[in-house]
Amino acid sequence: MKDQACIVGIGETAYVRRPGSGMSLLGLQLQAAVRAIQDAGLDGARIDGLMPFPNLGSAEAFAANLGCENLRYAATIHMGGAAPVASLQAAATAVIAGIASFVLIPAGWNGYSGARARQTVAQDAASMPGGEIARDYYLPYGLTAPPQWYSLMARRHMHEYGTKPEQLGAIAVAMRNHAQRNPRAVMHGRPMSLDDYLASPMLADPYRLFDCCLETDGAAAAVLTTVERARDLDVKPVYIMAAASGQPYPADEITNRKDIFKTGLTIAAPEAFARAGIGPADVDFAQIYDCFTFEVLQQLEETGFCKRGEGGAFVEGGRIELGGELPVNTHGGLLSEAHVLGMNHIVEAVRQLRGDAGERQVENAEIGIVTGWGDFGDGSIAVLRR
Amino acid sequence: MAEAEPGYGRPLPELQGFSEEFYGWCKKRELRFQRCSDCGAWRHVPREMCAECGSWHWEWARSSGRGTVFTWTVVVRAMHPAFQEDVPLAPAVIEMEEGVRLLSQVSDCRPDELAIGMPVEVVFDDVTAEITLPKFRRAGSRARKSPEKGVS
Repeated sequence: MKDQACIVGIGETAYVRRPGSGMSLLGLQLQAAVRAIQDAGLDGARIDGLMPFPNLGSAEAFAANLGCENLRYAATIHMGGAAPVASLQAAATAVIAGIASFVLIPAGWNGYSGARARQTVAQDAASMPGGEIARDYYLPYGLTAPPQWYSLMARRHMHEYGTKPEQLGAIAVAMRNHAQRNPRAVMHGRPMSLDDYLASPMLADPYRLFDCCLETDGAAAAVLTTVERARDLDVKPVYIMAAASGQPYPADEITNRKDIFKTGLTIAAPEAFARAGIGPADVDFAQIYDCFTFEVLQQLEETGFCKRGEGGAFVEGGRIELGGELPVNTHGGLLSEAHVLGMNHIVEAVRQLRGDAGERQVENAEIGIVTGWGDFGDGSIAVLRR
Repeated sequence: MAEAEPGYGRPLPELQGFSEEFYGWCKKRELRFQRCSDCGAWRHVPREMCAECGSWHWEWARSSGRGTVFTWTVVVRAMHPAFQEDVPLAPAVIEMEEGVRLLSQVSDCRPDELAIGMPVEVVFDDVTAEITLPKFRRAGSRARKSPEKGVS
C-alpha cells in the first residue's frame, strides 16, 4: 500500500453554532463534497467510489446529487468517529486494487442545530455503540452518553498512573491556543487559560465542560485516488504511507476488557508505522481525534509517542503546542475548531502537508499522522506525507 | 428501549433472550452470570459462546455477590432526561470475585465516598413490578435504610 494512494482534494463548509448551518444534513455534506471535488479539479461524474459516514447519509443520495453516474464502490465503515480515517484505509485499498478510481469520503452533521450527539446516542439503541448491550446493561444504571463511558477509563488512568486534571487541562488549553490561529475555528477569538478550564463546570466527573468536544454544524470531505492518476491532476498530492484500523476487545462492551487501555489504536498504530517504515519520532505533527481530553492522552500513549502512563507528563509544558516537540491538532480539533467527526483532522493534515496552513503552519512539515476514535474505543490511524 | 413504567420513568432493560434470564435471576434475588461448562470461564455480558474455549455449553452460575469498585463516573449533568432528578449519580464498574465486571451503582454511597478497590456486595432494587436491578452497597454494612425504594 505504501505511497500508492493519495489525497487529491479537500473541502469544508463553514463551522458554526448559533443559529446553525441552515442546511439539511445532506445539503451540508454535499457542499463540502463539491468543494473537495473541485479542489481536486474533478467533477462529480469522475467520482466512482463513495464512503459515507455511518448513519449520516447514503451513497445513493450523494451519487444522485453529485452526478456520480458510474458508481462502482460504495461502503461505510461502522466505527463511529474512527470511520473517516478507517475509510482512508479502505479507499486507498480500493483505488490501488482498481476497484474504484476516485473515492469521495464525506462527513458532517448539524451537531448543534439538529439532534445533539448526546440525545441521539442515548435514545436510539440501533445507532448506539453496544446496541442492545448498552440498552440492557448500561442505560438502566444511568450510563447514557459518551463522556460518561470514557470517563470510566480516565478515572482508572488517574488511579493507576497519577494523571492529573491539570494535565487534561493542558490538552484543552493547547487546542484552544491553536484555534486562536485558525479563523475558521468556532473558538477563534475566545482564548482560554488553565484556570478557566479548572473553573468550568463538572459534567461527568472527571470530565469538565472544557474536557468535552464542541457541538457544531459543519461538514468536510476528501477525495482519494492512485498516485498514477494524481499525476494527471493539477494538485499537490498528499501520500498515504500507511493506514490501519483496529478494535478493542470486546469492542461492544466497555467494562470487561482485561486491559482497559488497550483500544483499537493499540493494534492499528504499530501496524501503520511498520507499513510506513517510520516511527513516532519521525512525525512532524499529529491530528488526534479529541472527543474528550483524556482520549488525546490515551491515543498519544497507544500510538507510541510516549509510554503508557506517561501521557500526563507528555502533554505538559507546551510539548503538544505549535512550536513544541509534537504539535497536536493544529486546527484546534474537535475541542476548539468544530466537531466534524474527525474529517476536519484529515483536512488539516492535508493542509499542513501542502504547506497551506498559514500562521499555524508547522515549519517544513513532511510527515503527519491523523487518528480516529469511535464507539467504545475503535481506532484508526493514517500516516501521511507530502 | 423498553417503555418505562409511569412512576419509575427511567430506561429499563428489555426482557428477551439472555437479558430476560439474567434479570429473571435478579428478581429471585440471585446474581448469576454465565459460566462455561467446559473450561469454567465466567462471562458477562451474556454471550452465545465461550470466547475462551469455543464451547456452546454454559450454565447460569451463582455469584458470591461480592466485589470491589473498579472505576466510576459521576453524572453531574444529566445527558438523558430520565435521570434529571437523580444527579449527581455515579454509574460504577464493579469487579466481582469471579472476575467478571458489571456496570451498576453503589446505592448507599455518595459519589464522593466512592474509592477504587472499595469492597461491595450486591443488593436487589425492585424498580418496577417486573424488573429488579442488581445494585451494590458497602460490604459488611448492615441492611440500613437505603435512599432507593425497595432495596433489600
